[in-house]
Amino acid sequence: MAEMTSHRRMQLYGALLLLPAAVLLATFAYLPTITTVINSLFLPGFRGAPAEFVGLENYQLLFDDPTFWKVARNNLIYAIGTIPTSIALALGMALFVNGKLRGRGFVRMAYFTPTILPMIAAANIWMFFYAPQIGLFNKLLGALGFSGVNWLGDPSMALGSVIVMSVWKEAGFFMIFYLAALQGIAPELKEASDLEGTSRWSFFWRVTFPLLMPTTLFVLINALINAVRVVDHLFILTKGGPNNATNLLLYYVYENAFSFFDRTTAATITVVILLVLAVVATVKFTILDRRTHYQ
Amino acid sequence: MSNQSRIRLERVTKRWDATTAVDNISFDVSPGQFVILLGPSGCGKSTTLRMIAGLEEASDGSIYIGERDVTRLPPGDRGLSMVFQSYALFPHLSVADNIVFGLRSRKVPKPEQRERLAKVAELVDLTDYLNRKPSQLSGGQRQRVALARAVISEHPICLMDEPLSNLDARLRSDMRREIKALQSRLNMTVIYVTHDQVEAMSMGDRVILMQHGKIVQDGTPDELYNRPASAFAASFIGSPAMNLLPLVAGEKGAIIEGEPSTPVASLEAAGGHLGVRPEDIELRPPSTYGVPALVVSDEYLGADTIAHVTVGGHTLRVRMSGKHSLAGQPCCLSWASEKAHLFNADGLRRDDLTPSTFSKTLRAVPRPPAVGSFQY
Repeated sequence: MAEMTSHRRMQLYGALLLLPAAVLLATFAYLPTITTVINSLFLPGFRGAPAEFVGLENYQLLFDDPTFWKVARNNLIYAIGTIPTSIALALGMALFVNGKLRGRGFVRMAYFTPTILPMIAAANIWMFFYAPQIGLFNKLLGALGFSGVNWLGDPSMALGSVIVMSVWKEAGFFMIFYLAALQGIAPELKEASDLEGTSRWSFFWRVTFPLLMPTTLFVLINALINAVRVVDHLFILTKGGPNNATNLLLYYVYENAFSFFDRTTAATITVVILLVLAVVATVKFTILDRRTHYQ
Repeated sequence: MSNQSRIRLERVTKRWDATTAVDNISFDVSPGQFVILLGPSGCGKSTTLRMIAGLEEASDGSIYIGERDVTRLPPGDRGLSMVFQSYALFPHLSVADNIVFGLRSRKVPKPEQRERLAKVAELVDLTDYLNRKPSQLSGGQRQRVALARAVISEHPICLMDEPLSNLDARLRSDMRREIKALQSRLNMTVIYVTHDQVEAMSMGDRVILMQHGKIVQDGTPDELYNRPASAFAASFIGSPAMNLLPLVAGEKGAIIEGEPSTPVASLEAAGGHLGVRPEDIELRPPSTYGVPALVVSDEYLGADTIAHVTVGGHTLRVRMSGKHSLAGQPCCLSWASEKAHLFNADGLRRDDLTPSTFSKTLRAVPRPPAVGSFQY
């Protein structure tokens, strides 16, 4: 074999260093994605018959399925309900605990607690809040003389109840990112604008918020991914019911795959989710990035 | 100009829990003055400036701007601008937006903003950079943006907190002259914080020297240099620093500790210190008149040479113009009596005593100079 040039050798080293990550990603992300895409284009054969290629027929079937549209609509409502609220709340909490405050460390910890609770545990806690007879909320309402609400059993209330719990769980997590970003803003900027008599409100919109844009973008992407990743608390709280009122896309995938054993439909929905997420992420990174200042 | 830009501090104190950063200081800055707050780090000069700006609240005492008591007013209502050490530019805004930031806050109409921006950008030579972001500018240009932001507000008072300390040495001396020129052109009242005595001497109309939260001396650069109020002031101004030698009682007067042969002041000066600037000492051949000494080493700096000389175990520095190689040679030191300063045991200046003059007749044989640079 010919003597390798040092440049070649460096390229080989580089490739070898990338190999472990590439293997892991390929095995657990890219290969499953590809098989999922392939699965969504075939109908499984019965009794050992080979699978039949059906093209986009599975997608046609899926788009004709009213339950899918209901679940997709639920998920959209869920996203619109949780993302802006939890981000606004996170930013508010971060601004609050970033200021001069007695017992600041304690408040920060309190805000962050929901995040460190496992989802299943958190959902169980909220089960007690929402329970129709003995639940905390209905007890409080009863004490004020109102009749209770069936928070998770009433189809018109259930999705809202799930949204409230998600906001509670996520806001503290996002707050940490905002808090870190706020601490990275030089205090002189506030002083310089104070000297010009800039109001707090104006300082927030002209300085703080633009400087937090990279964080907001990051949090937004995370929140979006989280919004289509909900399985665990639906599992505890509602199992997607009543009458699919709280069923969300990933839980629907789970149901199709493991309750109805319809792997093809599950694969088809998964591909649709992936495509929608990819489009949204691309739009965000291309449009918002141009208007975002990175330090 | 009216009295609007007069700044008056009356017994102002700043305490944090147990520590007192600024201890009961008072001074009065008249309009158009360029005042330097000078001192080592931790002396309270920045805190004083921040109290005038309103960024820190005074624990005690009052601050007046013009005739108004501004002690409890928020910074924006005090009618002053400030240049920060870090420049405090908004990284996401263009140079133009940075400069007009305050005008927008004060709701100055857009056309007037543009007009003032153009004028100020011209003044600080930034016209070609208005659309850039601060990260695309050099250190000196950022400094100019910070200055422009202070100037455009048209406040008669500008506070500067070590504005040049992030610049390299050459740029610093250019900016020193620019700031000074800008100040006199716009007739601003400037309070300028620095720990650099060169900035203080070259820019200030008046220098307030601080130590441990107190004012040590308040005077013109000339006064600080020629009549330092304390041993601390003497050692802080001038480079290399003034030589300070402990005095003890000798037979015929106070002598430098360890060097009994030559009295340098009257007996009452014993227990204090004698201060002589390196540039005021003359180095003579041995066994002429003056204090006998030994040259230990010399540093050649180009325009002049600093000789390190020991007298009775104390090292002092002597500055001579030109190049000299004197290391290892004995010599005699002398100085004019008005160039020597006496400080008491507490480090305060004594004007009641005068240092001795060295008698030129003591050793009568005038000799041609053998070593050093002799200016007689």
